Amino acid sequence: MMNIDNIRERLREADYVADDALATALQLALNLGRPLLLEGEAGVGKTEIAKALATVVGTNLIRLQCYEGLDAATAIYEWNYQKQLLYIKASEREESSAKAVEQHIFTDDFLLERPLLQAIRQAESPVLLIDEIDRADEEFEAYLLEILSDFQITVPELGTIEAKSVPHVILTSNGTRELSDALRRRCLYSYVDFPSQERELEIILSRVPAIERDLAEQISHFVLNLRKEDLEKNPGVAETLDWAAALLGLKISSLDGDFETIQSTLICLLKTETDLKSITPDVASRLIGKAA
Amino acid sequence: MEPIGHDLHEKNILQHHPLAARMVGFIDHLRMNEFVLGPAETETALHVIGDPFSVENDARHKLKVLLTGRPEEWRQFDDLFEAYWQAAGKARPSWQHEKNVRNRTKASLPNAWQEHLSAQAPEGGNAPQIEAPGEGDVQGDASGRLIATERTSRVRTDLRQYVDVDEIRAAEKLAYQLASAMRYRLSRRHRLDRRGRRLDLRRTIRQSLASGGEPLKLSHRARPDRPVRLVVFLDVSGSMKHYSRFFLQFVKGLVCQWVEADAYLVHTKLIRVTDVVRDKNSTKAMTRLSLMADGFGGGTKLGESLAQFNAQYAKRSLNSRSVVMILSDGYDTGSADLLATQLKQLKKRAPKLIWLNPLLGWKTYEPVTDAMTAARPYIDFFAAANTLKSLAAIEPEIAAL
Repeated sequence: MMNIDNIRERLREADYVADDALATALQLALNLGRPLLLEGEAGVGKTEIAKALATVVGTNLIRLQCYEGLDAATAIYEWNYQKQLLYIKASEREESSAKAVEQHIFTDDFLLERPLLQAIRQAESPVLLIDEIDRADEEFEAYLLEILSDFQITVPELGTIEAKSVPHVILTSNGTRELSDALRRRCLYSYVDFPSQERELEIILSRVPAIERDLAEQISHFVLNLRKEDLEKNPGVAETLDWAAALLGLKISSLDGDFETIQSTLICLLKTETDLKSITPDVASRLIGKAA
Repeated sequence: MEPIGHDLHEKNILQHHPLAARMVGFIDHLRMNEFVLGPAETETALHVIGDPFSVENDARHKLKVLLTGRPEEWRQFDDLFEAYWQAAGKARPSWQHEKNVRNRTKASLPNAWQEHLSAQAPEGGNAPQIEAPGEGDVQGDASGRLIATERTSRVRTDLRQYVDVDEIRAAEKLAYQLASAMRYRLSRRHRLDRRGRRLDLRRTIRQSLASGGEPLKLSHRARPDRPVRLVVFLDVSGSMKHYSRFFLQFVKGLVCQWVEADAYLVHTKLIRVTDVVRDKNSTKAMTRLSLMADGFGGGTKLGESLAQFNAQYAKRSLNSRSVVMILSDGYDTGSADLLATQLKQLKKRAPKLIWLNPLLGWKTYEPVTDAMTAARPYIDFFAAANTLKSLAAIEPEIAAL
């Protein structure tokens, strides 16, 4: 059983800086063996958590990206029809009995594993990331619930496939659709917020190791204040890292240096026209003044 | 309190350990605050915090992860936790220490609600009544108008008198008719549908592979009904208070008849009331709504409220088939520019905006307030809504939208 400090340390080694709430959530998810639902704005690092967790537990990551119209064939399994047909054609010459052929073409060799089936057939518990579950249809959500509670999948031709190992399930949602209460109840829950200044500083330092500490500190302050401005789309952690890398690439060592270049690099952080317009040079210099 | 050992799985611990009783109380406390939790959660909660009973913060995080399920709950949790375990919050009288907490049925509500629910009795004691005149009238430029409205009411039948059961039922029925008039809009695109009339060629061919190229299983498709999503904003400021009760009924009718509806109360800030309104117990829902509405009675800041909506809820509750309905008299104490920019942003996400203004029914009334003038360009349908008749009249027009 891992404790929180232990987990946080190992996440740190996987270049993920987690706060107390998140580390606790991961610890509970691992220890109780329950799925963990992560919500939060885009760009706060929800998907990254799953990747980091896979590194921590030392298993592979299986990812299922949800979208509208996602169905069982793309999420669970599908028979490889082409291969089956070719096999039937080939076996016509060998004059094997129809029964033998039939028995053979409905075996594992002809089964295409999709992420969910793949996840429960691993020898060692993998991390199963079900990304943006809110984009999938409600029917799929219901189906998913069933799999998440029993961890078994029934293939009519093969029978029921039991899980060899129970995967660590992480679900993420951006809140474009209200999820069902049933799903919420089955999962542990964590709301991932934008990081505090200290945490963001740590994140920059670990992800962009070449950066100098002073600049990283300025960046973290700047972004923190920028998020307090009235923006349509708040810059996420990924944007901060982009910006840090951009500044590093342009060899800028401090935010109070070349103002025009810095102003033009703000496109790394601001992703809509209104936002770009609302952060005028005046506002930008005020924010830089605060950060420096 | 002595720490609990590892014998939590034994069932009797739930009855005998002092912590267990406290935990049951805590879960109850959360349920009072709209958390959806079952007995299984209580057991897991005890199991989870049982092990290293050391740092308080640790237990809090664990319970938070376990017991919350949505962003609002996540934000609320810390306060509730402190209120219960550290008695730092506002104490609710006695109910949490009742001996037979678990025997309490859903009907027996905490004391906090008792006095308000007694409003079912005609006198109602100190229960809030929106119709009550007096405190919290509108300040500023709107107050002059309000006096004028009161004078008018003596000669006209106006909505403010509709408070009895029959009228409320009529309002609900009307809301239902309106709702069904515009509930569905046919989609242009086709989707897989077992009873569809047209053949889905791509899928049929794909499936025919399984039978060696013979299309044995046919897939069909049809144009699906796509439910229209409705978002209602009800202005409950002082100037609207004579209509609030009726409109609350109307909103309740809309939200209950509609699968995808969202309701918000607007005064100087925004409150999401969808879940309250959905409550099956009509009296309870109305009382709670009135309570929420009662705190207001002041000015309206539509612009700021909409800004809050755009920032917090818009992404989730609006889609390309949304109809936004604003029930307000347009007496706005906030800035009109802000209202205009927020409406503009709102219109980017929602294609239709309906504004129902109760004052529009009066002959002398002209929608000339700053707010109304600023909002007009963004409104698709602007109508009066001060009598049941006028509400019924807009049905065909709404259906045509």
